[in-house]
Amino acid sequence: MGADTVTAGTDEKVCVEHLFKIFGADPQDTIRRIREGASKDQIYADTASVAAVADVSFSVAQGEIFVVMGLSGSGKSTLIRCINRLIEPTQGRILLDGNDIVGMDVEGLRRLRLNKLSMVFQHFALFPHKTVGENVEYGLKIRGMSARERREKAVRALEQVGLAAYADVPPDNLSGGMQQRVGLARGLAVDPEIMLMDEPFSALDPLIRRDMQDELLVLQQQLRMTIIFITHDLHEALRIGDRIAIMKDGRFVQLGTPEEIVANPADDYVSAFTRDVDRSRVFRAYMLRGDPHALSSDTTIETALERFASLGRETLFMVDEDGRPLGVVRRHDLERGGEKTALRDSLIDDFPSAQGSQELIELYTACATGLPIALVDEAGRLEGIVDPLEVFRLLGGGSEESAEQASASAASGDTERSAIQTGPLEMRRSDHG
Amino acid sequence: MADQISDYYTLPLDDWIEFFVKDWLVPNFRPVFRAVQWPIDQVLNGLEDFLLWLPYPVFVVVIPLIAWRVAGRGVAGFTLLSLIFLDLLGIWRETMVTLAMIVTAVTFCVIVGVPLGILAARSDRFYSFIRPILDIMQTIPPFVYLVPIVMLFGVGIVPGVIATIIFALPPVIRLTNLGIRQVQAELVEAGLAFGSTRRQLLFEIQIPLALRTIMAGLNQTLMLSLSMVVIAALIGAGGLGLTVFTGLGRLDVGRASLGGIGIVLLAIMLDRITQALGEGGRSKAPGQKGSLTRVFKGIVQGSKAYNEKS
Ligand SMILES: Nc1ncnc2c1ncn2[C@@H]1O[C@H](COP(=O)(O)OP(=O)(O)O)[C@@H](O)[C@H]1O
Ligand SMILES: [Mg+2]
Repeated sequence: MGADTVTAGTDEKVCVEHLFKIFGADPQDTIRRIREGASKDQIYADTASVAAVADVSFSVAQGEIFVVMGLSGSGKSTLIRCINRLIEPTQGRILLDGNDIVGMDVEGLRRLRLNKLSMVFQHFALFPHKTVGENVEYGLKIRGMSARERREKAVRALEQVGLAAYADVPPDNLSGGMQQRVGLARGLAVDPEIMLMDEPFSALDPLIRRDMQDELLVLQQQLRMTIIFITHDLHEALRIGDRIAIMKDGRFVQLGTPEEIVANPADDYVSAFTRDVDRSRVFRAYMLRGDPHALSSDTTIETALERFASLGRETLFMVDEDGRPLGVVRRHDLERGGEKTALRDSLIDDFPSAQGSQELIELYTACATGLPIALVDEAGRLEGIVDPLEVFRLLGGGSEESAEQASASAASGDTERSAIQTGPLEMRRSDHG
Repeated sequence: MADQISDYYTLPLDDWIEFFVKDWLVPNFRPVFRAVQWPIDQVLNGLEDFLLWLPYPVFVVVIPLIAWRVAGRGVAGFTLLSLIFLDLLGIWRETMVTLAMIVTAVTFCVIVGVPLGILAARSDRFYSFIRPILDIMQTIPPFVYLVPIVMLFGVGIVPGVIATIIFALPPVIRLTNLGIRQVQAELVEAGLAFGSTRRQLLFEIQIPLALRTIMAGLNQTLMLSLSMVVIAALIGAGGLGLTVFTGLGRLDVGRASLGGIGIVLLAIMLDRITQALGEGGRSKAPGQKGSLTRVFKGIVQGSKAYNEKS
């Protein structure tokens, strides 16, 4: 059974292979039971042992944000603590840059923690007897760095999180969000290659949590660390994860990109989470990209009609010599209007366009025009088209009915401009319902 | 009629113990006991000499000043009045002797107790080994070990201090252990996650965070050693205990009460000051340590000047 092993090329930074952590008297017996397919509850009932991590395998690429999501008690904290061996794994391999750290001696382990790894904790774990600055200096101090040098580095790390002014304040005086920024700065000050974050934002208010997520993403843009991030909040996972593993009872039940997880939940456990996800914020325009068939600007009406017929399309884009879209031509405009002599006369040049990386929520207004959306690359060239119906179908959770309704409301939006503003809101509601 | 075992046979445990202590322990381990006695003797004498050398006016100014820095105005005022009152009663010298005894006993309790407490916190095995010993130490009446102490160490003030140490040691060990074990697991994890050695973890995180609890243990130890003052006088320790003891012997209520009042006042002063120290231990007050050393330097310099003049 086990979870899929995902191998990420040559730049893999962390690789965990068949990891087990058993709390209990006879771990080997428990591992045998797990291999035979016994569930965590069953094992606990039979042996009073807890299979906190049961045969987990994954790897994380350099610079990736790998998120582990699961309910409380699913083994996330145990898993992440195995990676810096705050908890001794029972069995399995953990490779950091190809070196197995399971079985590494105390000194080697300490050097590894000193130089490569760093950690941010759920309840911040700031030292109350040290000032904010001293907290951030801690990892440098125990390396034996001189007082002045470490102070400079600490202040720089505090600047990164916007708290340089608070260096001499005790951490208890700060708000939760600020305290976790200090925790983050403490982790960053040692220039870690791998950052372990155990529910770092779970103790914060939702608004502050969002800020912190954004801040982490911005920091990650600059620093390109490898981050293993734990959360129990799927929205958080979807927002910041390059890939997400869903954990349940010590196992990974699904591992994939945010889009894969939302589009194809592996089982009921996962779909219970994904059900109330706002898909419009998870999916991006490129995922619905259709072939960029287009007409050149010198096409005649006759050839255009032939192409409409052969492609079975109702609309086509017209592009210039560089491949930049000029506008949309509708088939029924051509068939109806007899007096037009050039294709250009039927061209609708007020067409919606978007970039592939945009979230679908940003496409709502565009969809409401009823016209296909031009996906353009950075140079403005047409690289694909998105059919508004596809957008509604995806956001409607695959239900035909709601897709129908959606397209109806979109069509009405075409004639009644005022409806466009309310369109997106209604869409999101029907998505949740 | 006779239906008790003791009518036929009594176990001569008392003889055995006497034999064990008198004929085996004392002759074979005399050098060991001498070696134990030596450092206590040194500290005690040094301290006593220092306290008696310290001119009274300096004492009466400086101690309340410390109390004020550490514990605030109320305690400082109380300390000042108490010190004046103790001198007024004519028991200053005895008070200083007792103070030297107490401070010596507490110093050794800390020197021995804190490391043992740390060890107990780090090793469950050591803790389960030492726990019953601490239980026995705390339940056994001190009179019981006065006799072997006299046999091993003779009579005098040092054996009195040793008895006091045995009696007062358990709280330091227990509360050091407790304090370190109580440090939040996440903080210890944070320390380890950044690559601390066990030593760095201990000195950077565990001890500072356990300080409050350790100070509470110290405070208890202090109070216990004060309660041993009279008992220690039984085996030749002087000071306020002796005042009480001789008063008892002569049925001199007045004299006994003087000793009692002295002990009580000393106890309250020390209790308040160390309690406040414990509370300050957690909140960061980097200025405090500096000013205390400055105060102590001031005491020494001022006293020298005073003694040279007179
Ligand atoms: N020291 C321990 N001894 C026994 N069981 C433990 C211990 N630590 C964690 N567990 C158990 O392991 C499971 C996973 O815990 P944890 O990793 O903390 O989950 P999560 O972080 O996902 O909430 C839980 O069932 C928990 O009760
Ligand atoms: Mg957890």
